[in-house]
Amino acid sequence: MHDLIVVGAGPGGYVAAIRAAQLGLKTAIVERESLGGVCLNWGCIPTKALLRNAEIAELLHHGDKYGFSFDNLTLDFSKAIERSQSVVSLQTKGIGFLMKKNKIDVLTGSATITRPGKVEVGGQTHPTKRILLATGAQTRLLPGVAVDGKRIFTAREAVARTDLPPRLVILGGGPIGVEFAYVYHHYGSQVTLVEGKDRLVPQEDEEISQLLGKIYAQKGIKVLTSSMVKEIQTTADGVTVQVETARGDQTIQADACLMAIGIVPNTQDIDMKRLGIQTDERGYIVIDDQCKTTAADVWAIGDVTGKLPLAHVASMQGIVAVEAMTGHTPPVLNYQDLPRATYCRPQIASLGLTESQAKAKGHQVAVGKCPFRPVGKAQALGETDGFVKLVADAQYGEILGVHMIGPDVSELLAEVGVAKTLEGTLAEIDLTVHAHPTLSEAVKEAALAALGRPIHI
Amino acid sequence: MPSQVLMPKMGYDMAEGKILRWIKQEGDPVNKGEAIAEIETEKVNIEIEAFEAGTLGRILAGPGSVVPVGDPIAVILKPGEKLDTPPAAPQATPAVGAGEGNEAVPQLRRLDGEQAVAQPKLPPQETRTPGPAPGEPHGTRFKASPLARRIAKEMGVDLRDIGGTGPGGRIVKRDVMRARPAAPAPAALAAERVPLTKMRRAIARAMTGSKAPVPHFYVTVAVDMDKAMAFRKQLNDMQGMPKVSLNDLIVKAAALALKKFPNLNASYGEDAIDRHGDVNVSIAVALPEGLINPVLHQADRKLISEISRESKALAEAARNGRLKPEDVMGGTFTVSNLGMFDVENFSAIITPPQAAALAVASAQQVPVVRDGQLTIGWVMKATLSADHRVTDGAEGAQFMAEWKRLLEEPLRLVV
Repeated sequence: MHDLIVVGAGPGGYVAAIRAAQLGLKTAIVERESLGGVCLNWGCIPTKALLRNAEIAELLHHGDKYGFSFDNLTLDFSKAIERSQSVVSLQTKGIGFLMKKNKIDVLTGSATITRPGKVEVGGQTHPTKRILLATGAQTRLLPGVAVDGKRIFTAREAVARTDLPPRLVILGGGPIGVEFAYVYHHYGSQVTLVEGKDRLVPQEDEEISQLLGKIYAQKGIKVLTSSMVKEIQTTADGVTVQVETARGDQTIQADACLMAIGIVPNTQDIDMKRLGIQTDERGYIVIDDQCKTTAADVWAIGDVTGKLPLAHVASMQGIVAVEAMTGHTPPVLNYQDLPRATYCRPQIASLGLTESQAKAKGHQVAVGKCPFRPVGKAQALGETDGFVKLVADAQYGEILGVHMIGPDVSELLAEVGVAKTLEGTLAEIDLTVHAHPTLSEAVKEAALAALGRPIHI
Repeated sequence: MPSQVLMPKMGYDMAEGKILRWIKQEGDPVNKGEAIAEIETEKVNIEIEAFEAGTLGRILAGPGSVVPVGDPIAVILKPGEKLDTPPAAPQATPAVGAGEGNEAVPQLRRLDGEQAVAQPKLPPQETRTPGPAPGEPHGTRFKASPLARRIAKEMGVDLRDIGGTGPGGRIVKRDVMRARPAAPAPAALAAERVPLTKMRRAIARAMTGSKAPVPHFYVTVAVDMDKAMAFRKQLNDMQGMPKVSLNDLIVKAAALALKKFPNLNASYGEDAIDRHGDVNVSIAVALPEGLINPVLHQADRKLISEISRESKALAEAARNGRLKPEDVMGGTFTVSNLGMFDVENFSAIITPPQAAALAVASAQQVPVVRDGQLTIGWVMKATLSADHRVTDGAEGAQFMAEWKRLLEEPLRLVV
């Protein structure tokens, strides 16, 4: 009998399993496809490799700015895919090694759970004291639209297919949509990006959405916001998408269509009713502060809980759940304050409250914004679009949020994250000497601006 | 054997207490019955006494620490005993590295009926459990986040008085916010966020814990108060009597009526209804920060003058924060009077583990019918809230009828 069976070996599941093993629980993990889950195999990892390629492609296309010229510049997309797949393979091998090192039993197959305390995998029943569901989510599809991998595909297919559609429609202007738009555009596809809300990356600060929209338009990516898809038709050689925009209907002809309109939780092989696991109106598993479900001895983490579908969030929830089930008092996660990043270029990165959210909560808000234009390192890189915006409470300088768009801003999140964890204020960022020349100086300058005394702007 | 001093349970729903200050320091001799520390609970401050003579060997929770009931707060050594190891955490299986003398012991609970889970090999700073590190003697450096320090400074709150609930016992923003007096709203804001006081939290917890699980039902009566008011005037016209209020008569009437209806002076238990015998009436007293219910013990046996004197004393003590623990314990029935606010009627939430509460509204001059004639009288409405697991509508109605009769024929209160 195991002390814990984790269902799903994505970033939530495998981290939880390792922590459980560290705390002395006899642990098994069930995985029906590939260790590392969506993140490692079809999500975060392969896309970051492809984005790196696209970034280089972008630089090469602007080579003359840096003094490079080419005859017959060729971009081999299949090589890009191949490289990203080799990264994936390294990562999944790494997870396999970690499972062995921590003596976690890996059960390969799909888990079926119809009775409490029993997980069936491949015809065998595994009794267990506790269950941790980390089954993740999959791409939401439009009714009546089938994914054939050729004309209609999702991110999962995208990271493996090597052909470049000359004209590509991407449905969904969130992080996944804008990242793929970047990749395909810089490899030569004519991209049309369709988003239902009134701006791209609608979860971010409004100014970030505006700047990204402007930059994408300048690149030549067609962006349709406030636009809903009415119909998709596939033909032998293409796809026709009917879109209802604010200014009337439009018909988009393309060679392929990438669906990135959202996700739905994976709860198919678990008898939620029988086990007493409550789900919300969108099908996500309901959890409390300790990631416990409404069923006895069942916890849930990651995308299947719908809290904030990001890999690092799933991992942290995994720690919380396992520490809670072993009698520790884990931290309570404030999902709003957890970092999120989008890796197109310029990158987008944020955590915490936006200016309007902070005001709505009753804070006296102080905002400091430092554009990258005057920042030495950004100029040296030749990438000066974007800014760092720090939102703070004016009374004590409490850091409420940071919202950034610009070169490598995903790497600047951790500084603000640590400050928030330690309840540091603007004054502490000011007291910290930031190395020069780095992009992080923009964070310090934003803090100074919030304090009313910027030096470089 | 050194003996541990535990955080005492000084109330039905007390879950934790805060150490305000240590009266004795480590190394001080203590006599049996001597006060060694001052503890703050949600309702009152109390002093903990040593239950045997000896030396205060070690203080486990410094001032400002919030400690769950039953947890050790100090160790007393008898003459000749020595303390050589830091207080033990739940036993760790030796397989995973035993504590390397790390002071910050996580507050782990053993899983029932299972082998104790092996302790993680964490360096002391990594423990993420809230609460102060046991073993940290009081008076040493305290940890506080920059934000907490800033708020405390501006609010004039001494960080040494605050217990930390952040990582490793660090004082964080929420700890300071809880401790500071309610801040005036900054002029710039349209709305105000008033930090919850400990009293408000206590009220919230008690009332939520009552309303949902206890099936309430309500019975309202309208009492003809003319005779009661005349009776009161007669009492107060007498020399040498403390000034009697209507509420004193109301409380006495309730106490007498409860003797006839013991189910309403009871508590719902697992297999039985605990009838309490003594009638200890909790009297709701409004305070600026909320509500507290001091108890008039054995109200059924007390004279009206005694009820009057005691109620006044309890209300006074409540307003000055000087209620003793026994003053707020043991209530078996609650009387809540909003008569001074010109309220027509209201109903109360029962205070667990009581089974009933009486909500008394204002006596108002209204048209009444007496002997077939329309005239003007003083009528006061009151509503009984009762626990349906312990009593029923008919009994509730009968109790209210009896209570009403006692007020409408007030001489019955003294025979």
